[in-house]
Amino acid sequence: MNFWFVENHSPNVKFSMRVIEHLYTGKSEFQKIDVLQTAEFGRVLTLDGYVMVTEKDEFIYHDMITHVPMATNPDIKKILVIGAGDGGTVRELTKYDRIEHIDMVEIDEMVVDVCKEFIPQTASKLDDPRVHLHFEDGLKFVRSHENEYDLIIVDSTDPFGPGEGLFTREFYGNCYKALKEDGILVNQHESPFYEEDALGMQRAHKRITGFFPVCKVYQVHIPTYPSGHWLFGFASKKFDPINDLNADAWNQLGLQTKYYNTDIHVGSFALPNYVKEQLEDVE
Amino acid sequence: MKILSQQKAPIMEALNKYKKMRVVPFDVPGHKRGRGNEELTAFLGENCMTVDVNSMKPLDNLIHPVSVIREAEDLAAEAFGAKHAFFMVNGTTSAVQAMVMTACKAGEKIIMPRNVHRSAINALILSGAVPVYVNPGVNKELGIPLGMAVADVEKAILENPDAKAILINNPTYYGICSNMQAITDLAHRHGMLVLVDEAHGTHFYFSDELPASAMSVGADMASVSMHKSGGSLTQSSLLLINNEVSEGYTRQIINLTQTTSGSYLLLSSLDISRKNLALNGQEIFRKVGQMAQYTRDEINKIGGYYAFSEELRNGDTIYDFDTTKLSVHTLEIGLAGVEVYDILRDEYDIQIEFGDIGNILAYISVGDRRLDLERLVSALAEIKRRYSQDKSGLFDHEYINPQVVYTPQKAFYALKETLPINDSAGRIASEFVMAYPPGIPILAPGERITPEILQYIQYCKDKGSFMTGTEDSKIEHINVLKEAEK
Ligand SMILES: Cc1ncc(COP(=O)(O)O)c(C=O)c1O
Repeated sequence: MNFWFVENHSPNVKFSMRVIEHLYTGKSEFQKIDVLQTAEFGRVLTLDGYVMVTEKDEFIYHDMITHVPMATNPDIKKILVIGAGDGGTVRELTKYDRIEHIDMVEIDEMVVDVCKEFIPQTASKLDDPRVHLHFEDGLKFVRSHENEYDLIIVDSTDPFGPGEGLFTREFYGNCYKALKEDGILVNQHESPFYEEDALGMQRAHKRITGFFPVCKVYQVHIPTYPSGHWLFGFASKKFDPINDLNADAWNQLGLQTKYYNTDIHVGSFALPNYVKEQLEDVE
Repeated sequence: MKILSQQKAPIMEALNKYKKMRVVPFDVPGHKRGRGNEELTAFLGENCMTVDVNSMKPLDNLIHPVSVIREAEDLAAEAFGAKHAFFMVNGTTSAVQAMVMTACKAGEKIIMPRNVHRSAINALILSGAVPVYVNPGVNKELGIPLGMAVADVEKAILENPDAKAILINNPTYYGICSNMQAITDLAHRHGMLVLVDEAHGTHFYFSDELPASAMSVGADMASVSMHKSGGSLTQSSLLLINNEVSEGYTRQIINLTQTTSGSYLLLSSLDISRKNLALNGQEIFRKVGQMAQYTRDEINKIGGYYAFSEELRNGDTIYDFDTTKLSVHTLEIGLAGVEVYDILRDEYDIQIEFGDIGNILAYISVGDRRLDLERLVSALAEIKRRYSQDKSGLFDHEYINPQVVYTPQKAFYALKETLPINDSAGRIASEFVMAYPPGIPILAPGERITPEILQYIQYCKDKGSFMTGTEDSKIEHINVLKEAEK
């Protein structure tokens, strides 16, 4: 059988993976959910036909969205994670003993159920007693919280569909309010490469810089995301991700990571010129 | 008698059939099904262009409907509980004007609240009818004009027994309803027609939980903006008649100003929307009501804002409230409604229906998504966090009782001169001044300009309201009656 999954990475570019088996398909109130067994990337979760997570490369995304802020401020204890229904972000966070409380807000309960059943590699730590799941709109959840979190991680889908609200000015402003006075916001920041992604990336950067004194962007390489070149945003009220990095302290924790280390932490903030220009354009 | 089925959409069906006939068009419109205007066709789509056709035998004629338009109008009449429904293609403005001109000739009186839409007063300029204004109540806390008190209407009727008709807003822009049944019965006892501006009330016909509609209380005519809550295309509207109002005479009045090239895009949109409302309206407006209530509750949780609703009911000037409306009082956070309106658009990419001095109105419909409601609420929470300020210095608007010196028609056509608006106090206006939206005149032709009115106009300008009405597009000058005319 010759069975290929195809995703458009731009209107003119396609990305394709050979599928061995279509393990699950379903439709929630919000989106279409599928799990594929692929030849190269292991199990793959797609939402409305867009790849969210693959077993082979998810470590890159999840390492970098969590350990960068965690190594910058060693005192992070209370965290809000928005989106992240696959559980990978929470899995990384639960490696830290010092974390006391994680609120995870996912709009679509069905995504969590499907991942628990089909992708235990990422969803394995959702039952940790420190993790509190809330199935509701992230924008609504942050509205009613003030001065409460050390870290907010926005592990969102794209700026269209159910994740739309998580790229808006009102959302970032509400996050600012929900963070403590030394709080950090890390967000999935789209890609600088293809035009449409780049526009979303610039819009997000512009909106975040309106609220936070420190606004940096760092990059990673994720093979299954459009162009492979992906960005995260690091915004904070106080901490600088490089100057305040305490590499020794983090290394002494002895955590096992497959992608993250404190050298790449620093290096990931070095950006290509075209990305710098895109960011400067909206600052 | 023919049995009507609300499943049918006669105009749409006739257009579909006509398309299949592949008739060769040697008639207007000259774009010939879009082929003659490629850019427009690419922009609007071929489907749209192929049904932009002229009146003809198989498609009937709006100025004298005898077949499919007639059938569609009959279906609409049935759906709205009216004797007859006219399809209108120049907005509810044309429906309001047709009502007034059907009911009153030049020099005849019509009783109306002053907070009517400009279209009603424009109808007075066209027809020469004479307004008798009833002071609408005002809610002091919110600064909004309300409905008419039954006792005030009775007083106006007794003082003007020769009046031909009374015009009622059902509801106002903010969702406030007068006691329609009592006012209708009262007017009928005195031989007056009841005309109802239901620009914001289409949904009342399709819900048991919402305020009474004009036809349900036995009113004589109603103008219904299908293009607002009814879902049809912008500019399409319905005029309903009831009781003894003559269909033929009303049609003649409509045809005084109506185009002879009624758009089939608009007509079919009325037809299809009527079908949808008749079949699914109850369910649609139950959902809209729930969304509005959810959003109202969430906004009230923020604190400072007041999203008001049924609790305002007082048995008279707020006899009933349209709970699908989402009106929010903003003065307590120290911002005028129009300022919140501007911030929502400029900073949050959220466009709401209007903001006036003390309130904003967000229009909720079946097309809204939950996540958009969350955005609106969160943006309002943010605006409060970032911009709220001391509320002193904000104007709380009182209803300004107009001093009517001349009829609108006489004043509009009188000899006039132009003055800088700030030098015009004491003079009589020959033209309108209003903030749009909501398009309710602050000053209408024939009314005396007072320092209080000028102060209010200046305040609206300062807060960024979009002002309109005067010949001078900058609203710096105003036409007033020549002194000799006074
Ligand atoms: C109360 C009222 N009446 C009449 C109208 C006129 O409707 P249209 O714009 O369809 O001509 C409006 C429009 O905003 C209105 O608010």
